[in-house]
Amino acid sequence: MIEQLLDRASKVSDQAEVYALRVEETPVSFEANRLKQLQTSETSGIALRIIRNGRVGLAASTRLDDPDSLVNDAVEAATFGAAASFRLPDPSTIPDVPGWDQAVIDTPVERMVEIGYELIDRLHSHNPQVVCDAGVSRQSYDVTIRNSNGGSHRYRKTISAVNLMGTLVRGTDILYVGDDQVWCRPIDDYRAIADEAIRQVDLAQKSARIKSATMPVLFTARGFASVFSVPLRIAFNGKRVLQGASPLTGKRGQQCFSEKLSLWDDPTIPYAPHSSPFDDEGVPTSRLALAENGIVRNFVYDLATAALAGEQSTGSASRGLESLPSPGISALVISPGTRSHDELLGSIDYGLIVDEVIGATQGNVIGGDFSGNVVLGFKVEKGKIIGRVKDTVISGNVYDLLNQDLTLSNAPQWVHGGLFVPDLLLPAVSVASRSA
Amino acid sequence: MRDQIESALRGLDAEHVSVHVEEYETSRMTFRGRDVEDVGRSRGIGGNIRAFAGGGWGFVSFNDFGELRSRAELAIHQAKLAGGSGNRLADRPVRDVVVPAHLLKDPRTVSLTDKKRLLDEYIDVMFSVPQIHTTEASYWDGARRVVYADSEGCYVEQSFVDLKARFLAVARRNGTVQQAILSMGSLGDFAAVEQLHDKVRTTAERAVRLLDAKSIESGEYTVVCDQALAGVFAHEAFGHLSEADFIYENDRMQEIMVLGRQFGTPMVSIVDDATLPGLRGSYAYDDEGTAGHKNYLLKNGELVGRLHSRETAAKLGEEPTGNARAISYRHEPLVRMTNTYIEPGTATPEELIADVKDGIYAVDWYGGTTTMEMFTFSAAEAYRIRNGRLEEPLRGVVLSGNLFDTLQRIDGVAGDLAFAQGGGCGKGGQSPLPVSTGAPHIRIQSCVVGGGG
Repeated sequence: MIEQLLDRASKVSDQAEVYALRVEETPVSFEANRLKQLQTSETSGIALRIIRNGRVGLAASTRLDDPDSLVNDAVEAATFGAAASFRLPDPSTIPDVPGWDQAVIDTPVERMVEIGYELIDRLHSHNPQVVCDAGVSRQSYDVTIRNSNGGSHRYRKTISAVNLMGTLVRGTDILYVGDDQVWCRPIDDYRAIADEAIRQVDLAQKSARIKSATMPVLFTARGFASVFSVPLRIAFNGKRVLQGASPLTGKRGQQCFSEKLSLWDDPTIPYAPHSSPFDDEGVPTSRLALAENGIVRNFVYDLATAALAGEQSTGSASRGLESLPSPGISALVISPGTRSHDELLGSIDYGLIVDEVIGATQGNVIGGDFSGNVVLGFKVEKGKIIGRVKDTVISGNVYDLLNQDLTLSNAPQWVHGGLFVPDLLLPAVSVASRSA
Repeated sequence: MRDQIESALRGLDAEHVSVHVEEYETSRMTFRGRDVEDVGRSRGIGGNIRAFAGGGWGFVSFNDFGELRSRAELAIHQAKLAGGSGNRLADRPVRDVVVPAHLLKDPRTVSLTDKKRLLDEYIDVMFSVPQIHTTEASYWDGARRVVYADSEGCYVEQSFVDLKARFLAVARRNGTVQQAILSMGSLGDFAAVEQLHDKVRTTAERAVRLLDAKSIESGEYTVVCDQALAGVFAHEAFGHLSEADFIYENDRMQEIMVLGRQFGTPMVSIVDDATLPGLRGSYAYDDEGTAGHKNYLLKNGELVGRLHSRETAAKLGEEPTGNARAISYRHEPLVRMTNTYIEPGTATPEELIADVKDGIYAVDWYGGTTTMEMFTFSAAEAYRIRNGRLEEPLRGVVLSGNLFDTLQRIDGVAGDLAFAQGGGCGKGGQSPLPVSTGAPHIRIQSCVVGGGG
């Protein structure tokens, strides 16, 4: 069918590309400490992108039996489409980035149910008042990209995902704890998810009040994700840079961050959930330095944005079935420092350790300003965690903060499968809390 | 198709089985600056089968319709494996009905050329404001035909035509960038995105104003919120906690959310209403074939109701409210809001501001989030109030609240109710679900405010 579609499209366009996706997913869900739902989902669809008279058109459908409609829709779209001056990739060598593990597909549903119950029992028996929800799922992705210049690629990927969430209500205090792991191979160390939730429950037993002031804040990897991930992804996005909507526009080669900060986009990590051997338009991927010792090195580009910017594609095209590719960071990796988490914690005389913030990415993200409510955070005094803080807001500007005399821990962790970062200690962050 | 569905449902061995089929067609146009970035059309058809047995669910979703009966049997098998909670589904009337789309000016009758010309005009307006550096503009419309049928004999066919437009203006001066966003939407009326020239200009002017706006020191302030922001506040502060699936299996949560409990001052009433014609969150029947309703959540500050699916209603011994919604056939319905609003009071916005010695007037929204007890909602723009007068513009104002606290600090509700339709709600990986929010101006005492960098 793909051949037929490409063939018909080539007759009415200068270049054509077919992107076909098939996803199968088997999630097992637990609610209120027990098994709740078993699910099987199959999604398949096809997208046709054409370049005709120098303009791009896209059409997508879940129907694989009607190539003519798809071609007609794409031609109509191309009448109005963006000017395109790029060439869809010719055949090329593709790196080997393993992402398929048959063991994931072969995991029986009964085993997935067992894992979920084991996690719930572990958390629930530690604290019987915690009400647990959990999810264990296995997925397979099958992507085929073929274009009229001979480029032809297919890869398949499996994904295992396990998550646990506990709700603990005491009076009017509601605490959420939890963690998750995502990987392309079966997750052997899933018990660590329950252990992390238990650690959060234990630390939150005591409450603490914190004053409103500027103070040191230690972001765990999860805390970092909830504040810094979105602004950094926007900042290094070649499309935003081109538009002048990134604070890093025109700053390649300049020192924009602390010299302790080195960031990478790495789509080649074997079995990482966002890895792939080629991007969503068939361009081979590679590990890319975004900033080295605080100096801005590269932005991420797809073919269209690169052509407009006078750059080369970095193999960073990302797309959903029904949209055009656009640049995206696959796995954001930050090089670790040399101090341990405990050393960083021990160095705080009066401050905060932050594990989760809400609302920090809703605001003027392009300028880097943020403000968010600390939903899981703890007061630190003389190097010791005192108790959980509430009604506490942290604010600042991401670029100002990442220029401080920061310290990174020596042990990076994966967060939600897309970020591999160490803990980050910042010496001066604005904290506001409701007075007693 | 009806025959196929009904024969797949006949004589099945389970408490409840339903089939959901959806056919859709969407079109989209996005601009980067003055250049078209993406024009496209998508079509599709897909479906799912849900089965309920012994309190457990099975769910199978697919794009091809070849094997309905064996998929139904798989869903039943899954449900039986998952059963154990012993939950039931609340009764509700069985309907056999076709509901046409709410349509005033059908966006599908407007040509791509005319849509593009309109967007070109709006982009010109944004660029006509000095210091606007770059813009984004996008338009989207989608038509869906949805069929719901179940083993109880329910057969509901509905059609929806939804549209939205979004404009983003970026102002830049000496390396500082600020943005402002306008989001508009409607159910079935293309006129909602025509004649937006003034609104688009105001949005661009706001981005420029934000370049000079100051950051406020974080702390506690008296805040007057405009209608758009107060609507988001209602949605985040209370709307989500009213979704019964957050509490129906948790005894402690039920103790907190007990009907009759006073959560707010007597001037606060919050409603969720799926029956308001033409709003983006409206529908005749939810995705379980239950009719949509007007539901009071908070009446004069007292908790009087919640939002339910059939399962949560049965568990809590309450009536189903018709709030089980799925964003597409790929997902199971969750309890979701529709059009959520604060009822108007009697003050005027001027009165609310005049009483404030030192506070903030917060306007329009970027977004909001909640963890039930704690929530945030961020203002697009704000002004310092001193001695009842609006003074310097502020940026990066994020308001933070606590469910048990903030609603008790509302001491002013104006009479100027207005609805905002540009937003979408996210929950359980299903985002953005079309919803609308509404409110008049309100005033909140001692709100924790984060001031940005």
